Parts: sequence; C-alpha cells; structure tokens
Amino acid sequence: MELTTILFYLFSVATIGAALVMVFSKNIVHSAFALMFTLIGVAALYVLLYADFIAATQLLVYVGGILILILFGVMLTSQKSDTLNFETVMVNVLPASILSVGAVLVLLAVFFSTDWAGSWTTEHSDTVTGLGNMLMGDYILPFIIAGVLLLIAIIGAILMSTRISANTQESN
Amino acid sequence: MDLIIEPGLTHFLAVSAILFSLGLMTVLSRRNVIMVLMGIELILNAANINFIAFSRFTELSLEGQMIGLFVVIIAAAEAAVALAIALNIYNRFKTINVDQISQLKG
Amino acid sequence: MELQTFIPLALLILLLPLAGFVTLIFAGKKLPRKGDWLATAVISMSFLLSLTLLIVKLGWYPDESITGSFNWLVLGDAMFGSTLAIELGILIDNLTVVMITVVTLVSTLVHFFSIGYMEGDVRYTRYFAYLGLFSFSMLGIVLTHNLLMMYIFWELVGICSYLLIGHWYEKKSASNAANKAFIVNRVGDAGMFIGIMILFTNFSTFTFETIFESISAGILPFGSTGWLTAAGILIFCGAVGKSAQFPLQIWLPDAMEGPTPISALIHAATMVAAGVFLVARIFPILTADALMVIAYIGAITALIAATVAITQYDFKKVLAYSTISQLGYMILGLGVGAYAAGFMHLVTHAAFKAGLFLAAGSVIYAMHHALHKREDHHTDAQDIRNMGGLKSKMPVTYWTFVIFTLAISGIPLTSGFLSKDEILAGTLAYSSLNGHYLLPLIGFIAAGLTAFYMFRLLILAFHGNHANTSRLADLRESPKVMTIPLMVLAGLSFFIFYSFNPFGAASGWFFAAIERPMSLVPELMQPTGAVLFHETVQGVHGIAMFISILVAGAGILGAFLVYSWKKISADQLASYMSVLYRGAVDKWYFDAIYNRVFVDGTIRLARILRWFDERVIDGLVNGTAVVARKLSQGGRWFDTYIVDGLINGIAEITDRAGNMLGKLQTGKVQTYLVYIVFSFIVLFVLYLQI
Repeated sequence: MELTTILFYLFSVATIGAALVMVFSKNIVHSAFALMFTLIGVAALYVLLYADFIAATQLLVYVGGILILILFGVMLTSQKSDTLNFETVMVNVLPASILSVGAVLVLLAVFFSTDWAGSWTTEHSDTVTGLGNMLMGDYILPFIIAGVLLLIAIIGAILMSTRISANTQESN
Repeated sequence: MDLIIEPGLTHFLAVSAILFSLGLMTVLSRRNVIMVLMGIELILNAANINFIAFSRFTELSLEGQMIGLFVVIIAAAEAAVALAIALNIYNRFKTINVDQISQLKG
Repeated sequence: MELQTFIPLALLILLLPLAGFVTLIFAGKKLPRKGDWLATAVISMSFLLSLTLLIVKLGWYPDESITGSFNWLVLGDAMFGSTLAIELGILIDNLTVVMITVVTLVSTLVHFFSIGYMEGDVRYTRYFAYLGLFSFSMLGIVLTHNLLMMYIFWELVGICSYLLIGHWYEKKSASNAANKAFIVNRVGDAGMFIGIMILFTNFSTFTFETIFESISAGILPFGSTGWLTAAGILIFCGAVGKSAQFPLQIWLPDAMEGPTPISALIHAATMVAAGVFLVARIFPILTADALMVIAYIGAITALIAATVAITQYDFKKVLAYSTISQLGYMILGLGVGAYAAGFMHLVTHAAFKAGLFLAAGSVIYAMHHALHKREDHHTDAQDIRNMGGLKSKMPVTYWTFVIFTLAISGIPLTSGFLSKDEILAGTLAYSSLNGHYLLPLIGFIAAGLTAFYMFRLLILAFHGNHANTSRLADLRESPKVMTIPLMVLAGLSFFIFYSFNPFGAASGWFFAAIERPMSLVPELMQPTGAVLFHETVQGVHGIAMFISILVAGAGILGAFLVYSWKKISADQLASYMSVLYRGAVDKWYFDAIYNRVFVDGTIRLARILRWFDERVIDGLVNGTAVVARKLSQGGRWFDTYIVDGLINGIAEITDRAGNMLGKLQTGKVQTYLVYIVFSFIVLFVLYLQI
C-alpha cells in the first residue's frame, strides 16, 4: 500500500468520525470543536487531491474565520440568565435519521453505479499560478462580484447587529 | 480488494456523501440555530469535496478548484449574514431554538 | 487669430452666460450682493469676446463661413446611402457675428441698468439668473447651424420670456400676460415645427447647409415648388409668433407686465428680433410667393401697430406697439428683398429701441420713487397723463430719449434714418418691378405715424406741465448705473457707427458685410435677382429719401401742432375719425375677436360636449342600469338558492380538508425541511429509477 492510500483512509475516517461527534454531541461547544477537526480533515483531503491552494484557503477561512464566528455566536446566544448553557436537544430524530440514511444510500448508489470511464487523472504540481491566472483572466468578473458580495455581507451583518443593540437599549 | 487499495474518484465521492448526510442530519434534527448553521457548513464542504475530486480526476481540471474557491467565499459571506440573523432571532424571541419559533403556524 | 479658433471662441461666448445661470440659480443667494456682479461680469466678458470675433471676422475673413459640428444622435441609414444623424454644430458667418455682438451688447447694458432698476427686488438673484439663461438661449439661436437646435433654443427663449414676464407673478395681470405670451407663441411654433419637419422628411437633415445644397441641386420637398413655398411660410409662422407679427401680435403689449429692462432686452431688442433673424437665415430657400406673403404680413403689422400706438396712454404700451410696427418694417424689408436693409434695421432698432425702453424704465423708476415718497399708491407710474414736464428734472433721460425718438422717426444723421430709408427704397423698387403699390404706400404712412406717435409720447411725458407740481419736486434723475447705459445706446443711435455717409447706408461696412445670399430655389420661383433689385433701388433711392424725410417731418409737425401748441384739438380729431379712432383704441378688436372665437368657442364647445355627456351618454348609462336591475332581480333568486347552495357545499368540503391539512403546517422550519428532503429523495429515486 502506498503512503497516499494510507493517508486517505486515515483522514477519511478521522473526518467522518469528527463529523459524527459534531452531529450527536449534546454540548454545542464540543460540536463546534468537532466541526473544526472535520474541516481540517477535509483540508487534508484537498491536499490529497492536489488542491493545495484550496486546502490553505479552507484552513484560513473556515478554521480561522467561520469557526471563530460560530463560537462567538454560541457564546452570545447561550446565555441563560447568569450562566452559560451549552446543552442542546435533538428533535425529529426518527424522520431525520431515516431521511439521512436514505440520502446517503441514494447518493452512494448513484456514485457506484455511474460509469466514470473516460475520466483521467490530472496531477497538478502548482495550482496557485494557474488559479491566479484564471482569477485575473476569465474569472475576473465573478471575482469582482464576489468581492462586492463580501462587502455587502459585511455591511448587512453590521447593520443587523447594530440594530440589535439599538433595540435592546430601547427595550431597556 | 481493489476498493481498499487505490483511492479513486468514487472513494472521495463516498466520503462526501457520508459528510453530506451527516450535515443533513444536523440540519434536520438539532434545535439550536447555530447547530443548524454548522450542518449547513458541513453540507457545503461535502459539495466542495465533490468539485475538487472532479477537478483531480476528470477533464474539469482547474475549473473545479475555481468553483470550490468561490464556494468557500460564498460560505464565508453566508456565515456572517446567518450569524447576524441568529443574533437578531435571539434578540427578538429570547431563544435560538428553531422549534420554538413557530410564527408561521397556520 | 486663426480660423479654427473661431469655434471654441464662439462656444465660450455661448456657454459663459449658461455658467452664470447655473452658478446663480444654485449658489446665487450666498454670493455677495446676491451675485449680480457675477452675471454682469460674465455677460460683459461674452460681449468683449463677441466684439473681438466681429472685428476679426469682418476685418480678415469677410467671405468665410465657418462650421463646426458633430453627430449627436445617429439614427441609422437614410435614403441615398448617407447616415441619418442629428447634428449639433455652430455656424459662424457675418450674419452671426453681427447678431451675437448686438445680443451681448444689449444684454450687458441691460444687466448694468438692472442693477439700479431691480434694486431690492424680492427675486433679485433669480432675475439675474434668468437673464443669463436668456442670453445663453438667444446666442444659441444665433450660433446654431441646424433647424432642430434652433427650434430648441427658440423654445428656450420662449420659456425665459415666460419666466421674466411673470417675474412679479403675485400680480394676476403679470401671470396672465406670461401665459398669454407663451400660448400665442405656441401657435406660431407649431407651424414652424411642421415646416421644419417637411424639410426633415425630405432631406433627412436639419442642417442649413445640407438643406440648401439639396434645394440648389433641384431636389424639392415632395417634388413640388408648392411644398417649398409652404415650408418657407410655415417656418415663417415661428417668426410671426416670436416677432409678434399680424395676426399673432397680441401678446407683446401684454408682455409689458414684466420688468422694464426685460422689455428692453427681450421684447424690443433681441428675442422678438429672432423671428427676423430666422427669416434672414432661411432666406435662400424662400420662393417669390413666400416672400410676397412675408412682405404683406410685415406691412400689415407695421400699419396696424402704428395706428394703435397713437391712442395708447401707457408709456410702455406705446413703445410695445412701436416695437411691433418696427418689426413689421424689418419683415417687410426682408420680404421685398431688401435683405441687408431689413437686417440693418434689426441692429439699429435694437440700439434705439432698447434705449427707449431703458429710458422708459428710468422714468418709471423715478416716478415710482417719487410716488413712493409721497405714499401715493393709486397713481399709475406708467401713465403718460400723470407725467409731463420731466424734462427739467431728468435731463440725461430726456436728452437720450430725444435722440432715440429722432432715430426711430427716421430723421437724417441717425441710424434709424439709414435703415428705414433703405427699406422704403426697397419697397419702392419692389413695387416698380413687381407691382404691389400698396407696400410702399403702407411703408410711408407707417413712417409718418411713427414720427407722430413718438413725438406725442415725448411731448406728453417730458414737455409741458406736470400733472401734480408737488410730486414733481420729489422727482430725481436716476442713478449713474442706469443713465450710463442710456448714453451708450444714444451714442450708438448715430449714423457714424453704421456708415460714414449719413444719407446712404449702401456704401457702409454693414452693407459690405451683409450681402443678400443667392436664392437657391428653382429659377421660375426666384424673387427678383439681387443685381437688378440693387440697380432699381439705386434709381429710386433719392425719391424714397425725399418722401421719407417729408412724412417724418409731417408727423413731427403734426405731433407738435396737436400736443404742444394745441392748434388742433386731439379730441376733435378723434371725433372726426371716430370709427378709425375707436378701432385703434380697441387694438383693432384682435383681442376681442380671439376671445370670441377661440376662448368662447372652446367654452361653448365644452358646454355642448357637457350637454351631450349629461343627456345622451348619461341617459344611455341610466337606461342600461334600469334594465340591468330588472335582470339582476331575477338572477338573485337563482343565486340565493342554487348557486349559493353549491358554493356553500364546496366551502364545507374545503374547510374540512383545510383543517386536516393545517395540522401539517407546524410553523417549524425543520418540519418543512423534512418534507422537502423527503420529496426530494422520492423524486430522485423516481427519476433515476433505482
């Protein structure tokens, strides 16, 4: 067995295991940290797929940004009078389980039954140059629009959060 | 066994399918809005694995990675706005449990 | 100066007043002195540039005609393979440079005068802003090289005139006069627009040059000379409206409700002369028939307005009618083919008539202040019966007024003599060549009447005794800022500026610069050729001058006999010619007729329509309603028992079903999500048939 094969199975198991912890943990903070490991695992899978730049982005944006944001959200919304309460409850367990299992079965059936022949293997040595050229070339417009979208998202988020403080002050 | 020895396109797709269903489970079953949000992130990541796997194993090539990159960007924007909405919900209903927010009940 | 610099220079002249307008309208009130100095400085600069342009153009490039243009809207391909495009552009020829100099000069002097006259006005800044907008629009009319832009600027001066006549819109009469001026002008402009469109449909362009070329190449609108004549007369309709010619002359006297400097600038010197300029511009494509119509309209206007002017007592109204009459002269001059003479009369008239109005402004200003001091709010400051004896109190105004009066009466050594004499000689030549003996006859009669009513005004207002001696004591000469423009204009009323020979303009620079353009219409329809016409004018010039001096002298003598020496009683004279007198007092019933025909006609039509509406249409509707009611009573029974039963039954079923289905709607997001994912998986399975 080659090293990459071993690494693939290792990271796959770790990722799925972390995801399972995230889904079924009662404590939301544990869930958040499990999500972090899941995301790191996914980043490792990206590396195995020769997508080094995306892997780096994944780590920076998800682990460094979104996860921190989620933790902030947890802290801000879990206040019960004076103490913090991280316990969460599950609902709809039965229908949700059935549907999830159904979904994974359908997807796997499709993936395994499809004939992927004609596919070939591309081994990128350096994706950053290629991606950079594409971003500044064919993808310049989506790139700019994405920038504008992020700006709007930031403004929107700030606007909504400030309205919160204004409302709280009024109600106080 | 062939399946175990050589990780190909199908292996990655299988991992992504499992992650997707776990995300779906979270979205459907957890009460907490923030947990729902985490589930959505998981689903997005599962989709992203697909794109990048296709970019590695098919003629999609770098284009797949490009789409993956944009998914990450959109996810960041979505997370920021969704959390702001979650905070607004908390401020308005004093709870972030989705099943208690049932204003739409007929 | 190079030829190419003409275009940017002209643009600068055009846009400077616009810049002044924009600045004043937005920031005027925050400027020191409310911005009057800015407007005046800007227009003065325009004037200096225009003067430079005039001197350089006439001195160095007298035969050149410079055009600068670009495509504004490209509409696609036209006939004959050219592109159909609307151009914007500037045309600079001798006509243009003379006209812009006149416009900016009068505008500058009026700006200075207004600083004194409008002092303390409620809308001081806006007044100066509108003056700037007017100057811009007027220069636009003159500078443009195509009919469409001319039409746009034509409307712009119309709106400026509207705004400025209604400057004191709190006064009902002022706002009415503004409306009247605007509406009457629209009648003429509609004709002008149709005329422009006839040319555009046929030649696919608005540009003068291209239209002229097409016509000289023998292409006629719709292939007939009749249409060409019609196009010329229809475009002339615009001039009829704007220059207050018969039968649309009724708006100009009412326009005197505006501030007096406005009357001087817009309603005497420049805007009303735009019609004359328009005729001069399109002169090459006017057929002999069109020119004859134009000549007769001018003659009729000159006579009618002169007779009305004799009977008026309002200082400004007299001047207004005299303006109409003089405009009639210019149109008459152009119509008979005395092109340069008609246009020269525009220029000389601009100087002395602006002067007359500013002098009137000076008198009204002084009267107003004197009345104000005595707290007399009933006496009309503009009525000449309340004046008299102003000579001693307002010497500058008086002496300049005398000069202007001499000029308008056509006394030798003045500018008015030169131009009027040439027009009269032109009418004489026209009649000896083509018949139409009425034209010179009317011309000479109107000249005599002009001298008579102007001296009547002079004698009644300035000579004799003042109606109220104590009021006279309070009268003061107007401030310097008002009298200096008067003196400038008085200076410009002498012959020396137009021709060194006081008895013939033909040898002066003006006639050398403004040559009658070649007629481009087909040979059969051409007016008498310029050379033959010129020779005939030379032949009759002496006679014309003799008669013209004679009638002017007679007019002046008559005025002195009646009003100064009282040898003939004015009232008796009026009763001798009671029919004529009454007609003139009532302005030849134009207003009354228009009121009867158009205003009352519209009201009567509205009444008939209302009757029709009330009786016929309402009756029909009511009848229908009765029938419908009977029908509906029958329908009601059916409705209650059968339809309602059915509906209620369905509603019952729906209600039950709704209650059952309503339980599915929990209001919880995740429940809905479960439904969605479930449906999605089912569809997925069905579609893939796994």
